[in-house]
Amino acid sequence: MDSNVSKQTIIRLSVGGMSCAGCVAAVEDTLKAVPGVAEANVNFAEHTAEVMGSVTAEVLINAVVAAGYEAAELKGGNEEAEQKEAAELEYYRQLQKQSVVAAVVGAPLFLMGLLGAMPGMSGAGRLFWLVVAALSLFVLVYSGGRFFSGAWKSFKNHNANMDTLIALGTGTAWGYSLLIVLVPTLVPEQARHVYFEAAVIIIALINFGSALEMRARGKTSEAIKRLVGLQPKTARVLRNGQEVDVPIEQVGLDETLRLRPGEKIAVDGVIIEGHTSVNESMLSGEPMPVEKQLGDEVVAGTINKSGTVLFRATRIGKDTALARIIEMVRQAQNSKPAIGRLADRIAALFVPTVLIIAVLTFLAWFNFGPEPRVAYVLVTTMTVLIIACPCALGLATPISIMVGVGKAAEYGVLIRNGEALQRAGQLTTVVLDKTGTVTEGRPTVTKLVAIDGDQEGLLRLAASLEAGSEHPLAEAIVTAAKQRNLDLAKVKNFTAIAGHGVQGEVNGQQLLLGNQKFMVDQQIDFSAFLDQAQSLAAQAQTPMFVAADGRCLGIVAVADPIKVDSRAAIERLQRAGLKVVMLTGDNRATAEAVARQVGVDEVMAEVLPGEKADKVAELQGRGEVVAMVGDGINDAPALARADVGFAIGTGTDVAIESADVTLMRGSLHGVVDAVEVSKATLRNIKQNLFGAFVYNSLGIPVAAGLLFPFTGLLLNPVIAGAAMAMSSVTVVSNANRLRWFKPQDKH
Amino acid sequence: MDMLINLLALAFIGFIVWWFWLAKSGDVQMVRDSIDVIVDGGIYSPAIIEVGRGQSIILNFIRRDVSPCAGQVIFAELGISAELPLTESKKIELTLDNEGEFGFTCQMGMYRGKLIVK
Repeated sequence: MDSNVSKQTIIRLSVGGMSCAGCVAAVEDTLKAVPGVAEANVNFAEHTAEVMGSVTAEVLINAVVAAGYEAAELKGGNEEAEQKEAAELEYYRQLQKQSVVAAVVGAPLFLMGLLGAMPGMSGAGRLFWLVVAALSLFVLVYSGGRFFSGAWKSFKNHNANMDTLIALGTGTAWGYSLLIVLVPTLVPEQARHVYFEAAVIIIALINFGSALEMRARGKTSEAIKRLVGLQPKTARVLRNGQEVDVPIEQVGLDETLRLRPGEKIAVDGVIIEGHTSVNESMLSGEPMPVEKQLGDEVVAGTINKSGTVLFRATRIGKDTALARIIEMVRQAQNSKPAIGRLADRIAALFVPTVLIIAVLTFLAWFNFGPEPRVAYVLVTTMTVLIIACPCALGLATPISIMVGVGKAAEYGVLIRNGEALQRAGQLTTVVLDKTGTVTEGRPTVTKLVAIDGDQEGLLRLAASLEAGSEHPLAEAIVTAAKQRNLDLAKVKNFTAIAGHGVQGEVNGQQLLLGNQKFMVDQQIDFSAFLDQAQSLAAQAQTPMFVAADGRCLGIVAVADPIKVDSRAAIERLQRAGLKVVMLTGDNRATAEAVARQVGVDEVMAEVLPGEKADKVAELQGRGEVVAMVGDGINDAPALARADVGFAIGTGTDVAIESADVTLMRGSLHGVVDAVEVSKATLRNIKQNLFGAFVYNSLGIPVAAGLLFPFTGLLLNPVIAGAAMAMSSVTVVSNANRLRWFKPQDKH
Repeated sequence: MDMLINLLALAFIGFIVWWFWLAKSGDVQMVRDSIDVIVDGGIYSPAIIEVGRGQSIILNFIRRDVSPCAGQVIFAELGISAELPLTESKKIELTLDNEGEFGFTCQMGMYRGKLIVK
């Protein structure tokens, strides 16, 4: 096979933004120009493209987007999972069958051995053993063939794995036994014992163990299955004025979809008609339905509650928020934290090391063992090979990470990778950004104090100045003006000074609006308002001074309501032994008033946006392991600087690249949930690693006969086979206990 | 006879050390644009893939091994992982700008391969 040429595949794309037949030619030409494309056909009516060649969908999409159109791959989200499940079920059944066949041959022989009913090696007895040799060879080939072929392929590749150990252990037992049957005189009479039944039963036990392990493993990916299951299979699309049900993979970009009460939303989109409420709890963990109206986004996998709406598809296939969440959880489940690296390194050296130990065992018994030494040599060497289990060691970390990351996702906590999961369990300090994290992030104007008593005039000036600003406080002022139906004047020469305020020219007046620091810098006398400003700040309101042509006109006070569960979540963090720090650009008095209400341990106030990362570094300098919780966009540098960055999402916004952990729900309880899941997962990994290390480091010496000089006892190879089969099942089952994890003293 | 068996056993230990740890596999495949990597019988084939620095390549994983262990491939140092479906191939696109060796393994680290970037 020419391995440098990959197979030709067909990729279907939905293409958006094609308005005329001319676009068809442009898109087709673009696709055909992509290296590796053999054929490309664009269907204008369906707004789809079919491309054949050795190329990936990503490359094609990039080319189409670069040409000025939109594109997404048309592919069923569930197919892959269903195929995987079907293949796994088939393999499970095959393992069961192979186990039963081996047990049917092995069990009677094993019983005969126990009852001392085995025939001798002469006459009819010999014939009996030849039949048994043939039967057990059949079992080794039928039920254990994959161990032998796997061992051989690995060997050729300078590699050794579990197959190597099983194949060598059972193969040696069978070969030695056949030799005894064919040429019994080769060994002393008391050593003429055969091990056909041991080889066969070990194969039966290992297949049985693998089947059990597969079953248990299936449960570890339940979280992914649940997420994949949220995706409906069909959608109701408006085509040529008709509503038609089509398979989800045929829904294209920009198509209009009808959504009725109780239906699952098929793709991401924007509402273009009607209003409704949507249950997003399956993704965000937020139990309250979310109101949706014209222009609002809806996401695939969530459930429409009450209204009937039309929406336009904006993201399909693997671009939907649900598909990205699934991909992110999958990626995280397959990543490894530092804690697993040692086990990985050991696993890589494990099998050759066990082979060496087996040879050393052979040498020890051969040179120093009692008679019949050949029998002792064989039993101990075989038992060492069989009992050693690299799987338990290799599985210990990834299997717990799989369950832990999946469990976190159930609570609306998306953990980017295993490393973040591990660090979240080691935190000592949590830094919370105030606006939008501790508070709702939706400030409103609460008080107007005007020097001349004209509150509306003051608000009009402030709102006119702030109309061009995107700051949340500016939004609050503009909204308040609109609510009072105030006409806003035009602003000229608008400038925003981060962390201080804004200035500009309104109706020929030079206006300033900002905090106390800003007024001091601009040499404005605000002493007449100082007492009121301090009293407002003490009530957790943010006072902003308004000045015109160098004269202070009054105060506009804005307050951002504290989220209802912030206090409870902060108490949970403190009970978990974490120090809670609140970080804000707000003035100290307001920040302290908020801090008192929610009960944080320390406040860092009047911090400029650019200084947030430095404050995190300062805490790290004190030896703290710091989590930063913020909105993911404004706080990106601080999130990146922290040991673990938590981005508080709004609803199902998961595209937060700078964060190690994304909280899909706005609540701070997500931080505590993440910390608790992390601690539980780390505990689980440690149990698994401890169990796997102890199993191997006790099991191998016992199998080698270390206890024999003291007790006269040797481990039966069949028992070793059972122990080995159960060791990985135990690890997977222990990881599965994490499925029952529940956050402590949960809200 | 005993001496011979002892010597053979010691030689076997030497062989294990040499074959599994010291000897380099001869099966190194150079890749220019894309390459099929077959996952079967507990190994990746080819297991050692050489690629030029800064070159974009597609690794096309084709899983024939039904064992669940073969179900994922993880490039730990690169932070990349992928599920490998049984019935279809899985493409992984890579551009490696740094020289060095980057391993790829199954979830348990039993299936092992490496990318050599030169």
